[in-house]
Amino acid sequence: MHDALETGGVSRRTLMISFGGGATVAAAMTLSPGLSLAGEAEVQAIIDQMAEAAPAEGGVDLDLPEIAENGNTVPVTFTVDAPMTADSYVKTVMVMADGNPQPEVARFHFTPESGTASASTRMRLAGTQGIIAVAQMNDGSTMMGRKLVKVTIGGCGG
Amino acid sequence: MAKIRPRVKAPKKAAMGEIIEIKTLINHAMESGQRKDSSGNPIPRRIINRFDVALNGRQVFSVDLFPSISANPYVAFFLKAEESGDLTFTWHDDDGSVYEETKSIEVA
Repeated sequence: MHDALETGGVSRRTLMISFGGGATVAAAMTLSPGLSLAGEAEVQAIIDQMAEAAPAEGGVDLDLPEIAENGNTVPVTFTVDAPMTADSYVKTVMVMADGNPQPEVARFHFTPESGTASASTRMRLAGTQGIIAVAQMNDGSTMMGRKLVKVTIGGCGG
Repeated sequence: MAKIRPRVKAPKKAAMGEIIEIKTLINHAMESGQRKDSSGNPIPRRIINRFDVALNGRQVFSVDLFPSISANPYVAFFLKAEESGDLTFTWHDDDGSVYEETKSIEVA
């Protein structure tokens, strides 16, 4: 299931991480060679857990930069094209990154009071990879959106 | 780590039925558990793993966060303004700490 991807030239690096307080901390980061990346199989396993049937393609719009220069903080916004009423609403949206050591990014829980099933956050991306968002309605039906992001400098492996 | 201070930007007033955007940020290293220190020892994971939003005590939105979320997690989302009251924002840390912020909103 795991692809032992060759991390080669980027397996060792030192990144400067600056925290909000202004303090700058130098952290030496080492990704062990042969570190297994999550891959699409793990993403598929999470989708299978959410839904019995394969999610319908489309209906979930992902707003992402085409090229992210810094993998440490990549903005992501999703919008699900679905009504938000007491009878029919988007219950959960799972955002995943198929090339990260752990594919899960965040799971959003909505209610009819959300008004619209849309949210934004910022994520770490280990490298160029696909971002997948799976939305589940209150009746259990699912739909998904997918988009590729090119990452110039990978985030802290997770 | 610097003192953890949550920040929330939400409108103070909204029209009935209006869909409002709420932006939140909390300073936190979101240590992923994947990194190693300079001597090669793994740095233990410590992240904000859950973010809850309640209106007058009733949960209206929440997020489960994973290590792939960037440091200083930012979450922006929407709410349909249907009642005035207190919005309570709660962040749950892996170490058991809970950080809270409250904003009141007036719906006319």
